[in-house]
Amino acid sequence: MREELHRFFRAARGAGVRVSPAESIDAMRAVADVGIADRAILRDTLLLTLAKSQEEKQALGDCFDLFFSHPEPPAESENVPEADATGASDANDAASPAGAGGAPQDGGSASPELGELAQMLLSQDRNAVAAALSGAANAAALSDIRYFTQRGLFQSRMMEALGIGRLRDDLDQLKAANPAEAERLSGLLDGLRDAVRERVSQALLLYGREETENLRHEILRNAPLARLERRQVEQMKLLIRAIARRLRERYSKPRKRQRRGHLDVRRTMRRNAAWGGIPFLTAWKRRHRDRPKIVALCDVSGSVAQVSDFFLLLIHSLHEVVDDVRSFAFSGHLIEVSDILDKQEPEAAMREIMAKVGFGSSDYGNSFADFEKRWLRAVTPKTTVIVLGDARTNKLDPRTDILRTISERAKRVVWLNPEGRMGWGWGDSEMFRYAPFCNTVRQCATAKQLERAVSDIVAAYQ
Amino acid sequence: MTTHMPIESIDAVTAGLASVGYIASRQIATAVYLAERIEKPILVEGPAGVGKTELAKALAKWRGLRMIRMQCYEGLDEAKALYEWKYAKQLLYTQILKDKLGEVLGGAETLAGALDRLHDFGDVFFSKEFVEPRPLLQALEQPNGCVLLVDEIDKSDAEFESLLLEILSDYQVSIPELGTISAVVKPLVLLTSNGERDLSDALKRRCLHLHIGFPEQKLEERIVESRVPGASQVLRAQLVAFINQVRALDLKKLPSVSEAIDWARVLVLLQSTELDHETVKDTLNVLLKYEADIETTTPQVAAFVAKAGRPGMFG
Repeated sequence: MREELHRFFRAARGAGVRVSPAESIDAMRAVADVGIADRAILRDTLLLTLAKSQEEKQALGDCFDLFFSHPEPPAESENVPEADATGASDANDAASPAGAGGAPQDGGSASPELGELAQMLLSQDRNAVAAALSGAANAAALSDIRYFTQRGLFQSRMMEALGIGRLRDDLDQLKAANPAEAERLSGLLDGLRDAVRERVSQALLLYGREETENLRHEILRNAPLARLERRQVEQMKLLIRAIARRLRERYSKPRKRQRRGHLDVRRTMRRNAAWGGIPFLTAWKRRHRDRPKIVALCDVSGSVAQVSDFFLLLIHSLHEVVDDVRSFAFSGHLIEVSDILDKQEPEAAMREIMAKVGFGSSDYGNSFADFEKRWLRAVTPKTTVIVLGDARTNKLDPRTDILRTISERAKRVVWLNPEGRMGWGWGDSEMFRYAPFCNTVRQCATAKQLERAVSDIVAAYQ
Repeated sequence: MTTHMPIESIDAVTAGLASVGYIASRQIATAVYLAERIEKPILVEGPAGVGKTELAKALAKWRGLRMIRMQCYEGLDEAKALYEWKYAKQLLYTQILKDKLGEVLGGAETLAGALDRLHDFGDVFFSKEFVEPRPLLQALEQPNGCVLLVDEIDKSDAEFESLLLEILSDYQVSIPELGTISAVVKPLVLLTSNGERDLSDALKRRCLHLHIGFPEQKLEERIVESRVPGASQVLRAQLVAFINQVRALDLKKLPSVSEAIDWARVLVLLQSTELDHETVKDTLNVLLKYEADIETTTPQVAAFVAKAGRPGMFG
């Protein structure tokens, strides 16, 4: 049973439920107490001790049901966990000789020259087959499966452990001696293959989900935002939300770090006037830490639109961290979009923004001029101005002088460019003419880079 | 009945809680049983009014233990939750004992000598006499054990959670001047949360996590039955069926078990034996707490009543 529970913990981790050693000990104690006779109570117990939120309960419940269901259920079992545990140990004995070549043990059956596996299949002993499957799963270390690409490998390992080699020989012999029986056996073998395949798929679901998910996330994090497939866009949005959550957790906690600055002489004198100016009580200047204020200018023309979309989604999910975000979108001209983004669902908001300014050819000069005319006052010495765009001005006047004005007013100007460094300055890219007025210019093409960029911006205020 | 015997089984929990009028689902009973057996606190989450606080009360009543309740709120700190020094008493005593102190110190020639003598008293003024125990410390000091209810932990600050960790895992409190105070008898600890904010993993790790949702129809009928015995069986079934339909609507605040009980009481007071359109409309404000919600529900009342009235459709 312990073995079985440990396997279950592993499966739980696979399902994304974090099970620490301490929790697994608690769960073991709890299970020892309630017993394993009642499956519903066992399920409740594990859910109580291992899961830490409603979602985790859901995931763990599914995992439990999957774990304690068998593709090839033994005919009569009232007590699944125990049946499985004993089944596994039985199978160990049964499978090892089979793996070693299948020593023929005649039990007075019809075809004594056949290997054990063939006999087992022909006699259609479901219990024995199930036991052998469990044994083979152990022998093949099936719980180590992590990626879907390993399916074939594990299938063949399991077949090997079941004694497929011997079975093939038997089949060849039978074909000559008894074609009808051979036909039957090969049919049964196909059935066995299916059962093995199912076992492996189940194991992959149980143990491999997290790894597969991690791998997919890793790929997604490094995928260029501008060239995502439609199917990936949804996943990317989820990923961006996860990033936002991470950033919130990291930066939203009130910082109680040492904030005391120099001695405030004036206030100290005043406070101690009653004691004739002898400084019993001291007063200190406090160092003020600003919460981030962000003004974001996003290019939403053609190629950059998708990146801006994700960027805006991210920056507007940071309410707890960032005091004040004002976002502006531009291509040919520039409008403020903060309200649209705050009031509507992300998808609807993006559609509206696109309808208003999107899909034009970008004119940085004109857009900057719009900004200067109407919103320059939004930029204060506490503001970080973020410009997201490829700096491709279509040979129009880049108006670097406005960026210079902005940079003089702002705390920092950060330029995020979705293009690779190689492309900067080529063709109509004016990146290098803008760069002198930016504190930082960085590439921002993938979710990973986006997270880094935003994280650095927020961290600058801590 | 003061039972300090360990609980024997999960069924015993269900029966025991039922004897004090709390109808527990299997999950709840299992959680209580495990909490007692492996000595871990229970973190109860769920929407408002499903009987989270009630569970603690029922437990205390059944086990014959004292219940100590600590309501959490923003700004709750050590001094209000754990212990506090009785400053006034300390001051008063120093004043009263001034002469005595003078006497004791009188013999000393030098300042250092006087200081030495003062040290001989030990920390008289920082002894247990001067500690004002707050709920958490009180809970540890109960000679017979108790049920400690930390209510709405999600309302407190994140720092307060860290304060709880020592109590939750080791059932002890460290007071710098006195040392560590361990529980006389380990209390049964329940924490409730409405999920207003995420609790830290450290806290969650130390607890059994129990989620109480809206009960199933059958269970809810039994709850109403035990709480409002005056309601007829027909009324109960209809009422619960009705409420279950309301819960399917998109409302600001879904009616929960406590509202169901209140409503049953009201209907019994109005001497209804069956749900009918008019009464429901007039008493909808018992069930729903927002004007907007009442507006959403009112047009549907007739249909819901008709559906709830048809036996066999539900439950």
